[in-house]
Amino acid sequence: MMDASVISFYVISAFLLTFGLMAVTAKKIFRSAIWLLFSLVGIASLYFWMDLQFLAAVQIIVYIGGIVVLIIFSIFLTQDSGSALPRAIKSRKIGAALLSVFGFGIIATLLARTAFVETTTPMDVEMKTIGFKMLSLGGDGYALPFELVSILLLAAMIGCIVIAVKNIPGKP
Amino acid sequence: MNSIPLIHFLIVSTALFFIGVYGFFTRINMITMLMSIELILNSVNINFVAFNKYLHPESNDGLFFSLFIIAIAAAEAAVAIAIIINLYRTHSTIDVEDANEMKL
Repeated sequence: MMDASVISFYVISAFLLTFGLMAVTAKKIFRSAIWLLFSLVGIASLYFWMDLQFLAAVQIIVYIGGIVVLIIFSIFLTQDSGSALPRAIKSRKIGAALLSVFGFGIIATLLARTAFVETTTPMDVEMKTIGFKMLSLGGDGYALPFELVSILLLAAMIGCIVIAVKNIPGKP
Repeated sequence: MNSIPLIHFLIVSTALFFIGVYGFFTRINMITMLMSIELILNSVNINFVAFNKYLHPESNDGLFFSLFIIAIAAAEAAVAIAIIINLYRTHSTIDVEDANEMKL
């Protein structure tokens, strides 16, 4: 009894894991960035699959429209994007692969031994609810973190300009 | 809707997390290391949302945590790339192996 939604979940998962693996193993840096983009699209479609349209839209706008474009620009500024990346040291590669496989094994075993009490109540993900909660000052509102994040983004923006601005000798 | 058990989401996010860890340890170029960090942050987001949806659907806390994590990840990536570009200007390289002047 495999229906379409079950199949699409596994297809999306295989898609995002495959492209994630290609992103960390690609030989050329520009291809690595493109595979990362596909992997992030896969995660956004996983959010769509879970009926979280707002989060999926934020994922597409911020990650794909913002961060990946920023990464691609910085590749163009700093790299010879056609040439191959330096190869990793073999012992480090083997160590990292062993760490990842055993870490995954340990966590998967722990998860399999844990009994989660799942419910089938649908989540309230109306845009209206999210908007009200985001700006509500009550016990379950998120007004304070919302304001703190806006200050953080301002500080990050000023910090980026200060760090990356070109120092011209002779000028203060 | 709940035809997929929660554990499958957790397995997917764990696999994505360790793919990111593998990339973080094997890459030498700083931009590719930053990409691995983005994969790790995304795997955490999947976990938050899946726990929220399957265990506590009466509140939206996991969804809000994911939104704030995405905002902070954007700030982090911007600052990291500013540092990388500054390093490239002074050293003409962005490999972590060559950024060792503060070593004793």
